[in-house]
Amino acid sequence: MMLDVKTAAGSEAAAPPEEREAPLAVTGLSHAFGERQALREVSFALRRGERTVLLGLNGAGKTTLFSLITRLYDHKSGQVRIFGWEIKEKPSEALRRIGVVFQLPTLDLDLTVAQNLFYHAALHGLPRHVAAARIAREIERVGLTDRMHEKARTLSGGQRRRVEIARALVHEPKLLLLDEPTVGLDIASRQFLLDHVRMLCREEGLAVLWATHLIDEVDAEARVIVLHRGRLLAEGPVPEVIRNANASSMREAFDVLTGERRA
Amino acid sequence: MKPAHYYRCLVGIVWREALRFLNQRGRFVAALVRPLVWLLIFAAGFRFVLGVSIIPPYETYVPYEEYIAPGLIGMIQLFQGMQSSLSMVWDREMGSMRTLLVSPLPRWFLLTAKMVAAVIVSVLQAYVFLAIAYFWGIEPPPLGYLTVLPALILSGMMLSALGLFLSSAIRQLENFAGVMNFVIFPMFFASSALYPLWHVKEASLTLFYLCWANPFTHAVELVRFALYEKFDPQSAAMVIAALVVFMSLAIYGYDPGRGLIVRRGGAE
Repeated sequence: MMLDVKTAAGSEAAAPPEEREAPLAVTGLSHAFGERQALREVSFALRRGERTVLLGLNGAGKTTLFSLITRLYDHKSGQVRIFGWEIKEKPSEALRRIGVVFQLPTLDLDLTVAQNLFYHAALHGLPRHVAAARIAREIERVGLTDRMHEKARTLSGGQRRRVEIARALVHEPKLLLLDEPTVGLDIASRQFLLDHVRMLCREEGLAVLWATHLIDEVDAEARVIVLHRGRLLAEGPVPEVIRNANASSMREAFDVLTGERRA
Repeated sequence: MKPAHYYRCLVGIVWREALRFLNQRGRFVAALVRPLVWLLIFAAGFRFVLGVSIIPPYETYVPYEEYIAPGLIGMIQLFQGMQSSLSMVWDREMGSMRTLLVSPLPRWFLLTAKMVAAVIVSVLQAYVFLAIAYFWGIEPPPLGYLTVLPALILSGMMLSALGLFLSSAIRQLENFAGVMNFVIFPMFFASSALYPLWHVKEASLTLFYLCWANPFTHAVELVRFALYEKFDPQSAAMVIAALVVFMSLAIYGYDPGRGLIVRRGGAE
């Protein structure tokens, strides 16, 4: 696998087909739990090097969407393609290209930071020396090198989130999914996270899907997807979405789109 | 995904389990104290109440302590299997189950690796128990310590698979008291762990059939025979059958397309 990844990422000239595919393409995705329709005909695509904010209130279907994209369970209708690989048909090919930061904290608090990261690397089948180099690099980028051998329990909430981002990147995915990553964090940690993810988009060409219910996290440079009660109401660059809704701010646009207020 | 990926993943999962285990020495001690209390106190007290006649695999009269030793090994493995299933539920709540399931390796393999890790821990515990029991006069033939190993692995796998299946099927498993009451106690008491089944047969035929159908009985018997360098094909067959059934149910339960995980859905 190591070799495959290198050739895929390294030789731009002879780009394999997947290099031309969208990092994430969701088409006509619907999902229901019994009677409750969680997602209805949702379609969108992410682009390389761009950060897309998935904006929706609690219960809008964000977590369901994440669960389907990461194949916690299968979708029944529609398609989810990761760099061209349909997740249901080729879960292994799709999953190894995704990095995920879940809404709930997922570090093992009794293990050290390094042990948590090596465990993740093993789950992706990385050889130890490769893992060691990447772990050192990622943990340095989030500024926690000196905490490497401390128990995760001793870290603050913001630091744990940073470790989770580092962990999500150890297998060098080109698509990063973050489900409400800033919940419970202080302002400084939020800012760090946002800056770090922006840097990843800019310098590494990562495609990022950032789910949130906080309108403040939608800034003018990002693209936005507005999800409400399982439906996709708008998608595009933030200024465009605001303009199309005849609104003057994202907050107003969100209210108009969701029918909370007439324009 | 090549075999090397599978191998590294398996090593990683076992390694994490070992680290967690080393970090929770209290758990290790607790897991040993339980059967030792039974051996050192309960068995001593019951020694003269319950006569054990000569039944296979024993070739002579055995003291009660010696009779229940394999049953207590079964108890260790039963607790370990249930504990690992509970930790799966906690893992699920804590989200580390999610980290496991986004691994690109197939889900059946991830679950099997989890199981192997749990079995290694339970086999270690069983040997520590046997070592302590030795000083209490439980002295199976020396070769028995070797022949019991495959039996321990098999019974450990079966009980871990049961735990895995329960963790996929039952949501309200957070409460250990519930598991004690509804899984551990019925399985332990309705088995040949504490009394030979012919004793049970004298008391109640229905109960005898119940004990006989209990996979735990066969796990205990498999270990009992193996500890005395003997092989009980019937128990082995029953344990393997139970392992296959529980493991299939667990894999079904965690299947992204059909399993219970689908019906349950995301917690939004």
